[in-house]
Amino acid sequence: MSRCCNTLRQALFLLVVIPVLAHAAPAGTASVATQPKYGFGKPATRAEIAGWDIDVRPDGTGLPKGRGSVAQGQAIYDEKCASCHGTFGESNSYMAIAGGVGSLATDQPVRTTGSKLNYATTLWDYINRAMPFQAPQTLGPDEVYALTAYVLHLNDIVPADTVLDQTSLPKLKMPNRDGFTMDHGLMRRDGKPDTRNSSCMTNCASEVRLSSEMPVYALDQHGDLAEQTRPSRAAAAAVPAVGKPTAVLVQGGAELAKAAACMACHGIDQKVVGPGFREIAARYKGSASAESNLAEKVQKGSAGVWGTIPMPAQPQIKPADTKTIVQWILAGAK
Amino acid sequence: MTGNRIAGRILPAPENHLSAPPDRQRRSFLRNAVVAGGGTLAAGIALRTAGAQGAAQNLPPNVPEWSRALGAPILAAPYGVPAKYEAAVKRRESPGLTRTPHSSVSFAPLQNLFGIITPSGLHFERHHAGMPDVDPHQHRLMIHGLVREPRTYAMDDLVRFPSVSRIHFIECGANTGMEWGNVAVPTVQYTHGMLSCSEWTGVLLSTLLEEVGIDLKRAKFLLAEGADGAALTRTVPLAMALDDVIVCYGQNGEMLRPEQGYPLRLLVPGVQGVSSVKWLRRIEVGDAPWNTREESLHYVDMMPGGKHRQYTWLHEAKSVITSPSGGQVLLDRGFHEITGLAWSGRGKVSRVDVSVDGGKNWRTARLQEPVLTKALTRFRSDWTWNGGPALFQSRVTDVTGYVQPPIRQLRAVRGTRSIYHNNAIQTWRVEATGEVTNVQVL
Repeated sequence: MSRCCNTLRQALFLLVVIPVLAHAAPAGTASVATQPKYGFGKPATRAEIAGWDIDVRPDGTGLPKGRGSVAQGQAIYDEKCASCHGTFGESNSYMAIAGGVGSLATDQPVRTTGSKLNYATTLWDYINRAMPFQAPQTLGPDEVYALTAYVLHLNDIVPADTVLDQTSLPKLKMPNRDGFTMDHGLMRRDGKPDTRNSSCMTNCASEVRLSSEMPVYALDQHGDLAEQTRPSRAAAAAVPAVGKPTAVLVQGGAELAKAAACMACHGIDQKVVGPGFREIAARYKGSASAESNLAEKVQKGSAGVWGTIPMPAQPQIKPADTKTIVQWILAGAK
Repeated sequence: MTGNRIAGRILPAPENHLSAPPDRQRRSFLRNAVVAGGGTLAAGIALRTAGAQGAAQNLPPNVPEWSRALGAPILAAPYGVPAKYEAAVKRRESPGLTRTPHSSVSFAPLQNLFGIITPSGLHFERHHAGMPDVDPHQHRLMIHGLVREPRTYAMDDLVRFPSVSRIHFIECGANTGMEWGNVAVPTVQYTHGMLSCSEWTGVLLSTLLEEVGIDLKRAKFLLAEGADGAALTRTVPLAMALDDVIVCYGQNGEMLRPEQGYPLRLLVPGVQGVSSVKWLRRIEVGDAPWNTREESLHYVDMMPGGKHRQYTWLHEAKSVITSPSGGQVLLDRGFHEITGLAWSGRGKVSRVDVSVDGGKNWRTARLQEPVLTKALTRFRSDWTWNGGPALFQSRVTDVTGYVQPPIRQLRAVRGTRSIYHNNAIQTWRVEATGEVTNVQVL
């Protein structure tokens, strides 16, 4: 177009883009004064780094501003965490997050977050980056401080009136702070091995004693081993002929349930954390209102029907998908 | 029973022969008969007879049916798949090992594999929050921290850099972790199947670190972070990062499989698998280890007395016989090839010895070329079965002179609760019936 507009664009570029690039340079790290050899990619801006740089180090570096109390943490925990980790952190089936403090050096070590962890900052970092399991990176800093405080309180590490923030959290001393060692040979390729076996070739042992073997009852726990060690006609018959498309064009209840991570808590037949799908189907067999009833439970959460462990609300699943999943469950989850 | 054996056949050992279905059915039938009594007898015989008759039509002197018909055209499967008869060769999970399939592991069927390369579709899986569906056009790798200029790279940028292709194994730190106290699982798929080996293609991490200009005076460690729901993070020492770590986009000639971190993963050769962060989105250069959850609550090795070893990165030398191995059955006396895999996180395998008497006497196995650094190496040894019991073991020596230890030597230092880095000598027992089972000896 006209010359004036190109000039204007250049002026805008100078005003807007150049300062951003200037800001991108980190302070105090430029001890190597070379230029990129290839120059591919683009500089990362401060805003881009801030959005992704979520890690927190043992000295507290990386902790954002925020605060949360044990009481606030309990409310969030009961809603979003207890379904997997248990009301008291004892865990329904996942790794326990409370208990066992002081047990690691005994004959019955109980490995939990509370008994094992060395820095509370790591707990904050992990909740922040990876929890809740089905919806990670959805908690705000205050919520993470509150949950950290509550989990530490479940372990009797902090009292009930504790409020944690970016200053107080790194100062906490975890019970197992000194329970780790880097004094071993597996950090370096030239590290010293623990064992020094010989290359003896003949008459290396006078006696060989059997110390352990599979109990007969356990042999079939991994299924039919004969089938697993070679091709079998039974397995081949189940395979669709080569060339026929097998892609699922319309997602059914099974696929949707899988995608929505329902199986993280529900088995097909049996209870995992919540009831098995077929147990649900059996209970509601013949009920006209079951579909709408269950769809609401999925969307809004539920408690008390199958025990004390509440099912968290799943508002992220679309209503239409919820309906498909519920219909699939009620039809026997096949 | 002896009369029913087929000469020279080792029942589930494809390295030697692919057995016909009737024999398998006979074996299954035998097991069922033991469990359920005589009720399955008639059914078992019927199956076996039907299988044998069906197969005979295609055996000499008859001309097989597939020789008298036109085969399938090209592009019957635009992306090829294994023969339908191979459907039992697949990854499996170990029942009861994990509580959710989203943070779990599937094991590679080592007993079915030849050579050293794991087919991409059989590479073992370990996810911490499921397998994300990452759009390669929207995926970015950010490198920042103690660098001259933090940068972000799109996939199009990364594939422009000078590249390398190298064959390396990946082994989960917890491989064989179920066997610290006693035998717990029946086959090599479950004892050693968190192990795979691929040709990986990508950019050396050192190339990228040079490009962003790391502060060599202060930088000592990196944090690698995944783009999955776990945002999995592990500390990598700078010495390794500048040596042979690869930022990978290729696996066995094609792009990474989604299970293996598509479109981008780290590959830290010789180091426990969790460090080879999948769906790699961020590398931060720092001056101290990060003490992340996966290096404080998990992937730490509990020692007697309750202390935990932290940052146990390296895999020491390890080997295992994959055939004959647990769950397989020797069907007749005579020649059998003993074969297996050996590897070391410290470099190349220099020697593998094999024992058939539980470690009293050893002989040196043949190593299949190529023998590569921090890669699986295939070994083989001849053996003639005289029908008596045997105890198979393999023992690797690596380039540093380190010799793989028996379980008692490891336990003497590490006890039985350390979960990770169990590289003990594996023992398989051959019984007089030909059945091969997992055992431990002292």
